[in-house]
Amino acid sequence: MAKLTIADLKKIKEKVHKEMSLRDGDRRVKVTVHMGTCGIASGAKEVMDTLLQEIETAKVNDVIVTTSGCMGLCSREPLVTVEVLNQEPIKYEYMNPNKMRQVFKRHVLAGEIQTPFVLAKGSEVTK
Amino acid sequence: MLDLAAHILDIAENSVRAGARLIEIDIDEDTAKDTLSIKIIDDGQGMKQEEIKKVLDPFYTTKTVRRVGLGLPLLADASQRSGGSLQLESEKGKGTTVKATFGLSHVDRQPMGNIVSTLIILIAGNSDIDFFYKYRHNDRQFKLDTREIRKEIMDVPINHPEILKYIRGVLEEGFSEIKPEA
Repeated sequence: MAKLTIADLKKIKEKVHKEMSLRDGDRRVKVTVHMGTCGIASGAKEVMDTLLQEIETAKVNDVIVTTSGCMGLCSREPLVTVEVLNQEPIKYEYMNPNKMRQVFKRHVLAGEIQTPFVLAKGSEVTK
Repeated sequence: MLDLAAHILDIAENSVRAGARLIEIDIDEDTAKDTLSIKIIDDGQGMKQEEIKKVLDPFYTTKTVRRVGLGLPLLADASQRSGGSLQLESEKGKGTTVKATFGLSHVDRQPMGNIVSTLIILIAGNSDIDFFYKYRHNDRQFKLDTREIRKEIMDVPINHPEILKYIRGVLEEGFSEIKPEA
């Protein structure tokens, strides 16, 4: 493989620019991976890595991914929150790379909540 | 916490919560001295002297949602098990530096694990923060600075899948060149 250079980065930038002007500023889904010590120790890193790779393969750019800290439910980690625009957030518990793939394909892309993995609906209140 | 990459992710997440704008991750492998050192330097809110003393206590945390705080105690334990130590420097309002050293060839030193995914996760999950990453293996060195990448891509977000793919590529190339031992 040829070495990646700044010139490659410029090419990517131009390509992304063209695509961005076609579909502007739409953030349809926000996915939060809870990345506290508890989450990381139980595999949140692998879950997030899988999610990022799925997004790359599916070539979608209306999904944003963020991380957050521990929310006190350490025993249910890894936790992932999927927030579809104008809908209540859904929290998934005991996630792993396979479940993440399923949630991404069925919920994030197709809009079907994956009930067997759901912990709760709604957002947490942080004191 | 089974590998060092997970510890690094955890400590860097602390920096994120401390409101850091720039997080420097500095890894240094020295075969001659048989040491591996990991430094995480941030410009977040920092800690007071009395807090520094408490952070290695697993029952001390700044969070209110639970009563334990294990990130730093686990890292301290991991380094001590391999004959190393953990040092903390922090100043209120200036930032914090966490430095952990390990015995490079010690049997109880945890493996490095997937450090590329740690960095990608940090960059993707915190697109408003800059990361400066250095990995040195004896005389070979590799650097990645998101400030430089940001200058080139201008208004394209750094967490765009295409940019992350590029960064992943650059990191993998860098590692194949410096051939880390850990």
